[in-house]
Amino acid sequence: MSFEFAGKTYETDDDGYLVNLDDWSQDVASYIAEMEGVDMTEAHWEVVNFLRDYYQEYNIAPAIKILIKEMKKMFGPEKGNSAYLYDLYPAGPALQACKIAGLPKPTGCV
Amino acid sequence: MANTEATATETEEEKVLTDLEKVGEPRAPRKKPNEINAEELTGQIETPKVQRDVADHKPYLCKPKSMEKLGFPSELRSDWHDAAIAKMGDLLKKYKALQVYMDICVKCGSCTDKCHYFIGTQDGNNMPVARAELFRKVYRKYFTTEGKILGKLAGAERFDLDLLGEWYSYFHQCSQCRRCSVFCPYGIDTAEISMAAREIMDHIGVGQKYTNDIIVKVHEVGNNLGMNPKALAATLESTEEDLEEETGQKIRLPLDVEGADVLMVTPSADFFASPHVESLLGYAKVMHQAGINWTFSSTASEAGNFGIFIGNYGQMQKVASRVQKAIEELRPKRLVVGECGHAWRIAYSFWNTIIGPFGSLDPNYPRPQHICEFTLDLYNRGAIKFDKSANDDRVVTMHDSCNVARGARMGDQRGGQFTIPRELIKASCNRYVDMDQDTIMEKTFCCGGGGGLLTDDLLELRVQGALPRMQALHKVRETHGVNFMACICAIDKAQFTKVMPKYGIPLSVCGGVHQLVASAIELGAKE
Repeated sequence: MSFEFAGKTYETDDDGYLVNLDDWSQDVASYIAEMEGVDMTEAHWEVVNFLRDYYQEYNIAPAIKILIKEMKKMFGPEKGNSAYLYDLYPAGPALQACKIAGLPKPTGCV
Repeated sequence: MANTEATATETEEEKVLTDLEKVGEPRAPRKKPNEINAEELTGQIETPKVQRDVADHKPYLCKPKSMEKLGFPSELRSDWHDAAIAKMGDLLKKYKALQVYMDICVKCGSCTDKCHYFIGTQDGNNMPVARAELFRKVYRKYFTTEGKILGKLAGAERFDLDLLGEWYSYFHQCSQCRRCSVFCPYGIDTAEISMAAREIMDHIGVGQKYTNDIIVKVHEVGNNLGMNPKALAATLESTEEDLEEETGQKIRLPLDVEGADVLMVTPSADFFASPHVESLLGYAKVMHQAGINWTFSSTASEAGNFGIFIGNYGQMQKVASRVQKAIEELRPKRLVVGECGHAWRIAYSFWNTIIGPFGSLDPNYPRPQHICEFTLDLYNRGAIKFDKSANDDRVVTMHDSCNVARGARMGDQRGGQFTIPRELIKASCNRYVDMDQDTIMEKTFCCGGGGGLLTDDLLELRVQGALPRMQALHKVRETHGVNFMACICAIDKAQFTKVMPKYGIPLSVCGGVHQLVASAIELGAKE
């Protein structure tokens, strides 16, 4: 599967996750978010940027507990909780935010 | 192609599918599952009226890259028909049981209403006998005299592309849970038939994405999640911080400790997902309080083994060999397996022959031992104590995992796989109630996501397949106020937390047995 954006073709997996991490840019992320029905605000970018930084370091998205904890450390308790993250990404921070961050879909027994 | 002179408009509209794409293409587009209102649940499991071809579910096909990495053909082989029949012949010779299952069915009908996917989808092909028939009609055509001569009159059918498409669909609507085999007077095990079918399909280049990608990930990174050793170490460290914050004590989650007494092998989802991680906290608290020198291994950071789901014992052995390697590296005395259903079946029933015998492990303990047996033993010997009232906000029931219930045992008593987890649950909470007798222990219903079907491209099927378990759960919720269903399987936990909201049941109702232990265990100085 693939999608066209700004004259370029982007390869994705069957569920629309970018195949190549390097294809990602803020503009592509905004486009994926639009397709997901998510209106990107500063708060949305905080999550996406953290996910990308974590992925660069560890080659995997963080466990949800770690995401919450790190958000809390960086932005305070009102942003470091599950309800806040689900408000930003209604389809789930693990699945939807990863998709917008250009990370592969988490799979396994999860 | 018969019609090569299609007009430009037609070719634009109709994408020409390759044979492989035809096999993998559902006849109707994949759709989001219906939301089922909790009020529609009756608590009764009804046998539905049979319908034809209504469950047209097909999972995504495996991409060529992953197929190649597992040693399978990257695309549908041009000689797929002959290759499939030859492979079937091999399997019939190699697995005598499969040959018996082909010949022995008398069509008594006992199995027909026992499959959760039949109950949930109403599709006639999801009756176990009909599912097996998809395999049997090919078997008859090429391996029986009457089938060769009489063809369809003898129930024999040529293996063509349409039938291969049905195989791909319906052998991925079997979670290999073995419930049907409990009711079969001849003991026909449909799981074995579905495993053989998937092995044949992989062999000719028709693989399933979810399962095969995960096996590749285990070979390349070490576990189903794709969590490398550095990420694992960081995750465990972060979990230790959480534990310290919660308990005020330095409870460790050690990794790669050479010479530790206990090597713990658990599904990687326990490190990562919710509610799985709550059981991880339970394991750590038990080890801490009992003063046990234990460790995880970054080599064997996965108990799960999807090799069994594709019926490929070579892959199963290769995945399991990581445990063998970890034993060589860390030289533990004991081997303990965390909460994972199919992993326990493989550990209990296969490890000894495929990666054993475990001569270096202490023979005074089971090799391997299930975490429930391990913890219950510590409790019974007084090495750990529980405060049951810590779980007084809960009314608990237990969901037996198929692979533990019907493919393994625990302890040295018959039925130990049922009594040991229940004793442990009852030791850690005051209020426990079983679900309907026809839905537990050896008659347990699959969660609807086992056997390599725990993938979002099969979500509609997963919701449908969970129906009988949801009915049984609903009943005890209504009659006893049950608000916690304890599981000992990572797939159960992932499946239930995903599908329960579709039935209007809150996520928090599903959790692990060691989640209860984690709440109840008394930490601190011993008397």
